[in-house]
Amino acid sequence: MDNSTLFALLILFLPFTAFLYQLFFGKKLGAQTHLVSLGIMGIVLALSLGFFFQLFNHDLTGPILDVSGEWFSTGAFTLELGFYIDKVTIIMLMVVSLISFLVHLYSTAYMKDDPRYSRYFAFLGLFTFSMNGIILSNSLIMMYLFWELVGLSSYLLIGFWFEKNSAANACKKAFLTNRVGDIGMFIGMLLIFFTVGTFSINGITGAVTNGAFEGNMQLLSIAGVLVFMGAVGKSAQFPLHIWLPDAMEGPTPVSALIHAATMVAAGVYMTVRIFPFLTPDALQVVAVIGGITALGAALIAITQMDIKAVLAYSTISQLGYMIMALGVGAYQAGFFHLVTHAMFKACLFLCSGSVIHAMHHSLHHLGDHHTDPQDMGNMGGLKSKMPITYTAMLIATLAISGVPFFSGFLSKDAILAGTLSYYHTYHGWTIFLPIAGFGAAMVTAFYMFRLIFKTFHGKPVKPEIHEHVHESPLAMTAPLIVLSVLSLAVVFTLPQINPLDGHGWFAHAVGNGAHAAGLDIKHVNDGIHHAHHDAMNISLIVATLGILVSSLFYLFKIVNVEKLTSILNLIGLYSLSKNKFYIDAIYNALLYKPFMWFSKLASTIDWDIYDQKIVDGWGWITMKISVKSQEADYNWLDQKIVDGFGRFANYFGNELRTTQSGVVQNYLMGGIVGLVAIILIFQQF
Amino acid sequence: MDSMILTLLIFLPVFGAVAMLPAAKIVGKDNPNIFKWIALVITGLQLLLAVVLYMGFDSTLSVSTSPYTVQLDWIKHFNIQYFVGVDGLSMPMVLLTALLSFLSIGISWNITKQPLGYFALFLLLDAGMMGVFLSLDFFLFYVFWEVMLLPMYFLIGMWGGPQRHYAAIKFFLFTLFGSVLMLLGMLALYFYSDPHTFNLITLIQTASSIDATLWGMDMRYLIWFALFIGFAIKVPVFPFHTWLPLAHVEAPTAISVILAGVLLKMGTYGLLRISYPLLPGEVINFAYILAFLGVINILWGAVNAIAQIDMKKMIAYSSVSHMGYVLLGMAAVVSTNDGGAQAGLNGAVMQMFNHGTITAMLFMLVGVIYEKAHHRYIFYPDDYKDPALAGKPGFGGIGAQMPVFTAFVAFAFFAGLGLPALSGFISEALCFIGGFSVFRTLTIIGTLGILLNAVYFLRAYQHVFLGPLNEKYKDYTDMSTMDLAIVVPLAVIVLFLGVYPAPLVDMIAPSLDALIQIIQSAF
Repeated sequence: MDNSTLFALLILFLPFTAFLYQLFFGKKLGAQTHLVSLGIMGIVLALSLGFFFQLFNHDLTGPILDVSGEWFSTGAFTLELGFYIDKVTIIMLMVVSLISFLVHLYSTAYMKDDPRYSRYFAFLGLFTFSMNGIILSNSLIMMYLFWELVGLSSYLLIGFWFEKNSAANACKKAFLTNRVGDIGMFIGMLLIFFTVGTFSINGITGAVTNGAFEGNMQLLSIAGVLVFMGAVGKSAQFPLHIWLPDAMEGPTPVSALIHAATMVAAGVYMTVRIFPFLTPDALQVVAVIGGITALGAALIAITQMDIKAVLAYSTISQLGYMIMALGVGAYQAGFFHLVTHAMFKACLFLCSGSVIHAMHHSLHHLGDHHTDPQDMGNMGGLKSKMPITYTAMLIATLAISGVPFFSGFLSKDAILAGTLSYYHTYHGWTIFLPIAGFGAAMVTAFYMFRLIFKTFHGKPVKPEIHEHVHESPLAMTAPLIVLSVLSLAVVFTLPQINPLDGHGWFAHAVGNGAHAAGLDIKHVNDGIHHAHHDAMNISLIVATLGILVSSLFYLFKIVNVEKLTSILNLIGLYSLSKNKFYIDAIYNALLYKPFMWFSKLASTIDWDIYDQKIVDGWGWITMKISVKSQEADYNWLDQKIVDGFGRFANYFGNELRTTQSGVVQNYLMGGIVGLVAIILIFQQF
Repeated sequence: MDSMILTLLIFLPVFGAVAMLPAAKIVGKDNPNIFKWIALVITGLQLLLAVVLYMGFDSTLSVSTSPYTVQLDWIKHFNIQYFVGVDGLSMPMVLLTALLSFLSIGISWNITKQPLGYFALFLLLDAGMMGVFLSLDFFLFYVFWEVMLLPMYFLIGMWGGPQRHYAAIKFFLFTLFGSVLMLLGMLALYFYSDPHTFNLITLIQTASSIDATLWGMDMRYLIWFALFIGFAIKVPVFPFHTWLPLAHVEAPTAISVILAGVLLKMGTYGLLRISYPLLPGEVINFAYILAFLGVINILWGAVNAIAQIDMKKMIAYSSVSHMGYVLLGMAAVVSTNDGGAQAGLNGAVMQMFNHGTITAMLFMLVGVIYEKAHHRYIFYPDDYKDPALAGKPGFGGIGAQMPVFTAFVAFAFFAGLGLPALSGFISEALCFIGGFSVFRTLTIIGTLGILLNAVYFLRAYQHVFLGPLNEKYKDYTDMSTMDLAIVVPLAVIVLFLGVYPAPLVDMIAPSLDALIQIIQSAF
């Protein structure tokens, strides 16, 4: 085994050992049990760094590692598992192990007094293990395997405080919604497998290049969209996005790690991986879904009052960006946004956690158990009390809003250029994509600054709470500082430092992607290049507009928000956003309730009607017949035969009706007599 | 020794049952514990024998070359033989039977009502099951099939729940109805084949040349049909499934474990052992219907499970659903894609084994909570005797009170809903892969089961284990050491075969290859 394979194995399984340790020996070290997990994540981070430095090895063009081993084989049917590591893999590994490490560190303070402290770290370990599995997979089937396992860890962590009914509901909803997407992914995988004969992603790409779907590209389109359905579930894209806001029931560090930075990005990562064999038709579906999600979720985020709900919808919206980017062929931009978003969104969530933590402690101090520590309506003016949190959150907000010098500006700009260029190629309705992109960019700037102003600026809404708020401890603020630094543009553009130009080590490492199913990747990238300037100008304008309007509303309070709200609500706009476009209600009324009704009906049909009436009815009929025939035939049929059959049937009926235990030996005796009779009859043949 | 081992596997429990009679005389009334100890030792020895058999088992040998095969004349006049042997199809079933029988004695440890009867009947049941899986003579197979029926009847009817008599007679009549048809099929095979024989290996050569009609219908088709109904009731295939929920709800925990873990597999085992190799042409004609029934089972079982408020009934319907995967995988034997046929058939047999271990865990765990709470309601029924409880959750928040128990339930539930890295996933996936290679639309509809199976397990898990703790249960203690001793081996197997299914595949694949060969050459 060479070093790369060994390191890959270690990166995969070390977090699993952390899981096992915390599960079985978690009580041993008491409140210090996190040291084990933290240490293990530190090693994983170091190993990932080891891979990371290989990015700068310019001689390296192909994958660093591509190994497979047989999992099992029936002879003609073999399943293999294996690793595939290229530069995209490495960057993703780096993102996950870094944020996982920081969240572990942060959690040592955030979860300090939780009675299930060790279990929490166990689940985090399980998550990191499964997530690394997805990243390292070289085949769709292995990805699917770990795909479901991250679903499990997500389920466990959303439901971590399972005594709350809302958490118990949310974890179930998350798992089931994801399974809807997974079914599509599974069917799509099979469609591809039975054409090309492999689950290996490279193998599929190779086969597609060699024309395995020649003349049947429609099948590949369908299969591609089906596999992509998995990403729709995992990355919370419309119409399966409904689980992610509910997932905020989990502890906030979990929201940062799993439901913002990494797991939800797994869908995007998977789409990046299968990008080479997504046909232009399939990619169009991808782009539209991404566009709808990006804009729709941003519109919902405007009216949310829960600080985590705003960030949840923001996450959905930003994931929509990434998906839309891949859909329009902007491969590099999509993956770039995944990485920059992971940093600034993890930062935002951890900052919100820091705020919630502080609010919670203040409320605890006041003995107040009714006020919601997550409601921005109770905050305000926290800037002076929590300067580190404030600064970090402001930096991350600038990044997500697309302000120059911050990472989000570069990645978002590249995506917007992609949508513009897509419109330039296809015209017509595809103008929806740039509209969704720029529209969402403006709305994002607006609602993110709304969050900042409502939380940190102005006068405290509840001075008595504000009084007892304190900055969080170092274990929590240190990750914030690291992540906010990583939200700076220059981190991704070194060695060059022009804030308006995204061409640095990242772009160089990721490249423009390749395509095997009919997309002219060079044409796409030329288009992006040409649209780049326009996109940048427009995006600067919309971001400025968003921030400006937001500050007029919430910082300077020149506009009366309540009045404006009631005007907008004349045509229901405010309610529409506040109620998340009623999508949950629609699903509930059109899918969930009718299905539950059907399932009850099925149970009634199966038991009360089919079994009790029809099946048992046979017993009743048999008994009736036997009684009648016994009465009529007793005297003139051979007594023994009639007796035998009559008694048999009589028992049959009686047993069913009166439910008494019978003399079963007689049946067996009857069976044996019958057997002899039948043997005798058959011997005539 | 080699040639004795199969016979010992079958008759050791009979010996144990018989030995209980003098034991009753000697230590008798003062010490009723003697019976369960005898049963434990006997089933323990049987398990040991099964493991020894597995150690020496060579999956590449056919029964005619295997050193374990025993073939002796029994009723010479009718050419009936004592013919037992083991191959890749029966090996996992033998292991499963031995394991679950042994663990079931542990589950039955607290039986106080007439222990002599209970454990003696249990051992007879064990012998019958082992006999079914090892017989290679149809007549012998049939005898064991019937032998098993009677103890099962009494075990449900005497040691079961409130409706035990009704459940027992229903189980018995359903199965007897199937047995009659199977008997007819068997006799027809005997009389129409030349030479007249019950030998299942010989019949592979001769049965397919049966050329006769009865009432204008093809004889082979009639035989297939008769055997199919006989086996289908055991599986149970929709619409013959309604005995199962009732029998499960009423049966004591250990019997539910055996019923779902082993008995259901006899149906699909019978199809694979007898119908498949003997009537390959009919398999090909019938495959689509088989796949269709499989998908119906998957969906109908799951939809019904979602509506259940009794955990045992829910698991019973989940068995209906999970056995549907087996049918779908089996039907894929007609796949013209060689890998497809192999995936399907291997998936089916793996699913038989994996469902056995998973469902045994499920029933065992429900038994644990039932012993404490004396009910199994996810929700109390709307017409519950105590109107204050009607329609309310039966439990709630147990997760905080019994963390170890909850962890195992979560493990078993997730195994049941096909989570990767647990054994159910790979067998279900293979059944789908196989099914997909032939019955594309049908299989796509069937994959809905992936979602539906998750719905009822997670729903039950939420309402029983999550949420605020129901105060009624705040004194409950966690699992006992005995409970752990039973559930841990099953969990280890489920996890091991989920992560590394190769040992199971290697055990079964060569025999299934031969079977595929037989079917495919009938095209």
